[in-house]
Amino acid sequence: MTTALPLAAAFPYEYIPAAPPPADIRPSPVTWARTNLFSSPFSCLMTVCFTGLAVWLVSQFLSFALFNAVWSGDSEVCRANPDGACWSFIGAKLNYLQYGAYPATERWRVDLTQAIGAILIAWLLWRNAPRRNTAALLFFGVYPIGGFALLRGIEAIGLPVIDTTLWGGMMITLLMSVVGIVFSLPLGVVLALGRRSELPIVKAVCVFYIEVVRGVPFITVLFMANFMMPLFVPEALTPDRLLRPMIGTTLFSAAYMAEVVRAGLQAIPKGQYEGAQSLGIGYFTMMRLIILPQALTIVIPGIVSTFIGLFKDTTLVAIVGIADFLRAVETARIDPNWAGPTISSTGYLFAAIIYWFFCFGMSRYSQSVERHLARGHKS
Amino acid sequence: MVDITQPAQLRRAFSIYDKKIRAIVYQAGLAVSLAVVVTAIAIQTVSNMRQRGIPLAFDFWNQTAGFQINQTLIPYDTLSSYGEAFWVGVANTLLVSALGIVLATVIGFLIGISRLSNNWIVAKVATSYVEVIRNIPLLLQLLFWYNAVLKPLPAPKASIAFPGGIYLNNRGIILPAVELHSGAAWVGIAIVAAVAFATAFSAYASSVQTRTGKQLPVLVVNLLLLAGLPFVAYVAAESPWSFTYPELRGFNFRGGQQIYPEFAALLIGLSVYTASFIAEIVRGGIQAVSKGQTEAAHALGLPKGKTLRLVVVPQALRIIIPPLTSQYLNLIKNSSLAVFIGYPDLVQVFAGSVLNQTGAAVQVMAITLAVYLVISLITSAAMNGFNRRFALVER
Repeated sequence: MTTALPLAAAFPYEYIPAAPPPADIRPSPVTWARTNLFSSPFSCLMTVCFTGLAVWLVSQFLSFALFNAVWSGDSEVCRANPDGACWSFIGAKLNYLQYGAYPATERWRVDLTQAIGAILIAWLLWRNAPRRNTAALLFFGVYPIGGFALLRGIEAIGLPVIDTTLWGGMMITLLMSVVGIVFSLPLGVVLALGRRSELPIVKAVCVFYIEVVRGVPFITVLFMANFMMPLFVPEALTPDRLLRPMIGTTLFSAAYMAEVVRAGLQAIPKGQYEGAQSLGIGYFTMMRLIILPQALTIVIPGIVSTFIGLFKDTTLVAIVGIADFLRAVETARIDPNWAGPTISSTGYLFAAIIYWFFCFGMSRYSQSVERHLARGHKS
Repeated sequence: MVDITQPAQLRRAFSIYDKKIRAIVYQAGLAVSLAVVVTAIAIQTVSNMRQRGIPLAFDFWNQTAGFQINQTLIPYDTLSSYGEAFWVGVANTLLVSALGIVLATVIGFLIGISRLSNNWIVAKVATSYVEVIRNIPLLLQLLFWYNAVLKPLPAPKASIAFPGGIYLNNRGIILPAVELHSGAAWVGIAIVAAVAFATAFSAYASSVQTRTGKQLPVLVVNLLLLAGLPFVAYVAAESPWSFTYPELRGFNFRGGQQIYPEFAALLIGLSVYTASFIAEIVRGGIQAVSKGQTEAAHALGLPKGKTLRLVVVPQALRIIIPPLTSQYLNLIKNSSLAVFIGYPDLVQVFAGSVLNQTGAAVQVMAITLAVYLVISLITSAAMNGFNRRFALVER
């Protein structure tokens, strides 16, 4: 017979508190530098080279953009200073870069349209916002029509019509991107569903469209939209010069959007389709209520990165004579009144900073969604 | 819904709720409406083109183009035909794409590996490169390289001179031209032979290693072969080439090989931009190889270089190649941005000058799209073949 141990001795029930780590394990700055900067002779060499490179680049940038820059004064002051950016040039051209030739008294309409758009986008993208469906409906349904009416103007209610030839600058860039996303996402969803359809003709048409459009450069699509669309329709119906690149942009990015959405559709487990079918739900209802909400949520990062690509690609509309933001910078840059050695660099630097903030912000948003989704899958 | 209260034979009759009938109706509807739209567009286009006096056929192909192209790989002058101008554009597109792919791959792999470096500052600099470059539109970068870097360079008279007869000015980069004499072919043959011998020796060495475990000095022998054979041929053929150095005559350089600023700006812009995307792909691919693989290789005593070369990279390539292919395709398509800085690629020459002169928009655009589609298809096919070699062989 074994003698039973007293229970308390066999299973000590008190937790042993975690001991603090020994003091010398926490890396001191010296240890950190030794492992991360000077671990080997080669590493030392790299550290020296790359620190030199980084310091040189950052100091060049700062001295050009900040320390030696001209902040006020006219073109004479800028011409006298070949070492720094001429920010007063940007200041003088800011209105042109924002609105193009849109009449000054009517610019509040652009501001208002952009503000409404910004609110709707924030509502759509904010994860915990209430009634996001309403936001989607407003953004994809009401906003494009209302926004266009506000920008172009309606004589009947006292808003003078502003011809699209006067539109320009950042306003065109934002307009192109928003139009691209608003129309290409629904079209992309349709194409993706078509590509995954069991009907052979529907599938063939969608595959052909997607693969052809993805195989050709955006510029050629813009050329086609600009030169061939007027040939396709009777003369009376020729689309507006601004509408043509918009159609081209939409048709182009719809093909890319379709591939993104298709990835989402493929990621939905088959059980979801089968579950819906076993409940007797029809194809369109199943897609609308069960499959697409899940699929689109998964591919938000993909949609955002397609949108970043679209945003960068809007710069190409300059080829068909649309004065987008980058074209406005180009036009402002060669203004003889401001001719000077630093004007080009200043213009490009300003454009780069603006584009970078937009794109970087969007990519950060998509990364945060991705992390959120990954967390959801783990639990 | 099917009414189940009715007798069975009635239910089986024609019904819009039958799945098969629905499929036929939907597809017939799509096919007919597509056919109607396409026919209507075709009829309208033909009548519009007739009305505006736009040529309907491909007659323009053999007509004299009459415009000058400053950079041509194949013979071309103002008396050449539109067809020849087309081939000049295709050749220029292929040239800048091929060089761009090579450069972007090299830069991209270097940056991607640097992002994973143990060295903190190296990783940070590489990360900054990727985050800055890929968030700025390519067109802006091209305009920057062309208008803000290469064009403001000094005029030929005040060229920046580099050792070895290389000059940099606002007309581009002037390099010494190579002139081949008789006997140069022998050096070429020697290079081919050296590569063949080196490949054969590598195969022999690896077969010896699998049989006996003995390692032959592959690297040393191959280096000797690759450097030695061409050198011997060079000496034997008594220096079969010479350089003609560019000289400043009047306002411009004579002699030498000129690299135009349009070409340089496009090549730099395309490679730098695409490299930032390739770097991310490379980093993702290497990170996807599980750490256990590296640790196992270290446990077997493989040194760091061999671990990378024999264990990590072959597995990473499997993940890297498919997205790398789409980046290559993007680079080829993006080369059409040449039109903004005046490099005579396919779009600039053919869809630009030829289209404007002939007005044959439909034919010109159809040919242009077809060329890009063919280039894309060939590139995908080549990369898929390459991918098959690395794909996981599952038994």
